[in-house]
Amino acid sequence: MNAIAYTVSDSATMLRRQLRHMLRYPSLTVIVVGMPIVFLLLFVYVLGGTMGSGLGPSGAAGASGAAGGRSAYLEYVVPGMLVMTIAAVVQGTAISVAMDMTGGIVARFRTMSISRASVLTGHVLGSMVQAALAIALVLGVAVLIGFRPTAGPVEWLGVIGLLALASFALIWLCVALGMVTDSVETASNIPMPLILLPFVGSGVVPTDSMPGPLRLFAEYQPFTPIIETLRGLLTGTSFGNDGILAVAWCALVAVASYVWAMRLYERHSVH
Amino acid sequence: MTNSHSPAAIRVTGLRKSFGQQVVLDGIDFEVARGTVFSLLGPNGAGKTTTVQILSTLIPADAGQVQVGGHDLSGEPDAVRAAIGVTGQFSAVDKFLTGEENLVLMADLRHIGRRQGRRRAAELLEQFDLADAARKPVALYSGGMQRRLDLAMTLVGDPRIIFLDEPTAGLDPRSRRTMWQIVGSLVASGVTIFLTTQYLAEADELADRIAVLDHGTLVAQGTAAELKRLVPGGHVSLQFGDATVLARAAQMLQPTSRDDDALTLQLPGGGDVRSLRSMLDGLDQAGIEVDGLTLHTPDLDDVFLALTGHPDVPQETRPQTQEANAR
Ligand SMILES: Nc1ncnc2c1ncn2[C@@H]1O[C@H](COP(=O)(O)OP(=O)(O)O)[C@@H](O)[C@H]1O
Ligand SMILES: [Mg+2]
Repeated sequence: MNAIAYTVSDSATMLRRQLRHMLRYPSLTVIVVGMPIVFLLLFVYVLGGTMGSGLGPSGAAGASGAAGGRSAYLEYVVPGMLVMTIAAVVQGTAISVAMDMTGGIVARFRTMSISRASVLTGHVLGSMVQAALAIALVLGVAVLIGFRPTAGPVEWLGVIGLLALASFALIWLCVALGMVTDSVETASNIPMPLILLPFVGSGVVPTDSMPGPLRLFAEYQPFTPIIETLRGLLTGTSFGNDGILAVAWCALVAVASYVWAMRLYERHSVH
Repeated sequence: MTNSHSPAAIRVTGLRKSFGQQVVLDGIDFEVARGTVFSLLGPNGAGKTTTVQILSTLIPADAGQVQVGGHDLSGEPDAVRAAIGVTGQFSAVDKFLTGEENLVLMADLRHIGRRQGRRRAAELLEQFDLADAARKPVALYSGGMQRRLDLAMTLVGDPRIIFLDEPTAGLDPRSRRTMWQIVGSLVASGVTIFLTTQYLAEADELADRIAVLDHGTLVAQGTAAELKRLVPGGHVSLQFGDATVLARAAQMLQPTSRDDDALTLQLPGGGDVRSLRSMLDGLDQAGIEVDGLTLHTPDLDDVFLALTGHPDVPQETRPQTQEANAR
């Protein structure tokens, strides 16, 4: 076997290890998947009636009353919830990376002749699987309660591609965050802002309803173009150059986090 | 050591390592011949784990040349990794997997093939008395079982050089014996073992060569017999009932050391019955009551004390100690 074949084989081994962990101790997965579903239901059923009416003519076209507002809001909020789902999954990534690094097994891996990246790649692939499951579930629930995306096959490909890219970028970010922390508790708190970012973006309300400085932040933070692009692809709103911005942000975060994570892994203290 | 033509399994020259201001290894040199057990002996914090971590490619050295299995540590770390197996001081098992899954994981990472990997896992589970617990998550294993699994994982892929960092620390005497037997059979099969320990009896039992690490340098190196020869003789330890008696006895005898808390005096010599009797007679005539007497023939504890000048080694079983009660 050559170096690439070894890398693939070792990464596959590490992915199997991650999947076993998930199957044997599903509680983390359940929390990580359950939270966005709960948020979705809360937003739609508790706040949706009022929020939908406030969306303005573009959002609640033709609808009237609380029920009409709710279905308009469901349509609005799903992309934000999908991004929040990714944020929840990557919080799990940070926790499981930190758990691995504080345990002794990774020290053993480092004394073995295995591909250096494979330990981290295993985490990344495992989290990608988790993210795919979580996103499918959240979308499924959204459809069950009345979400009707207008996307055709090409748009769906775009949605899947962007969700995968965003997951990939944020997972690598959290792999690095899981390694900078020296305890599992810290690792579970550090990615918190990622869950909150969709709120201070266009995730739950349009940014033009926010006051000055907040609005400025909300419009330029990376989650907003991602959410706008997803919304455009799923429900046909216009998103201009947000698509390019979204991909650029994801690529930037992915590359920077990958480099950071690998450097941290190489010189991670073994104590 | 029998085959002086083959290159050494491990060769270390001028190895240095500091953490910030703290110098942990201040230039150490040693060689481990193939198929032998080399024991690095030292108290807590001496730098044993640091040495193992450097030799097993976990952390870089500051200076020095290291060859492991004929490969240069800094030049070909991957070749070194392919040649070694490491059981560190702290548990390195995956607690979320079963014992069997841990072993198969190692087999997969060593690229030894599905079927052969499974067979080796089954073999090791049997050999390490873990077959009954093979399908249980490791989180449910006892300390001794985890330690055995840890070593079994190291043996997957049959590495020719094995590092064991305090392999028996925290084990009950029976598990310790089992571990010693395993080490014995590994060496018999031609494996080279680098072992660290705080227990002098353990080095004495297992090692072909022993190096004593203290304050960053190797203060002595040799076989157990050679090290024992460094200490002239044994000593007698006398126990007294109270401080006054102790003080009187100390005045009369010429103790090499005196412990006011334990109320004991240590005197040189010990093997010689006549001088022992005359000493006890002398104390008797002076009306000094001796509560207890312990004879030490020289063992590695004495070597350690003589070499390092401080006895901060755990008081472990001293096989050659005879206890006797005066009066
Ligand atoms: N990563 C580290 N950072 C700072 N100091 C360390 C580190 N690792 C070990 N030390 C220090 O180096 C000394 C030797 O430690 P160690 O090699 O673990 O000793 P031993 O294994 O002989 O008990 C100790 O004083 C320890 O505190
Ligand atoms: Mg140690």
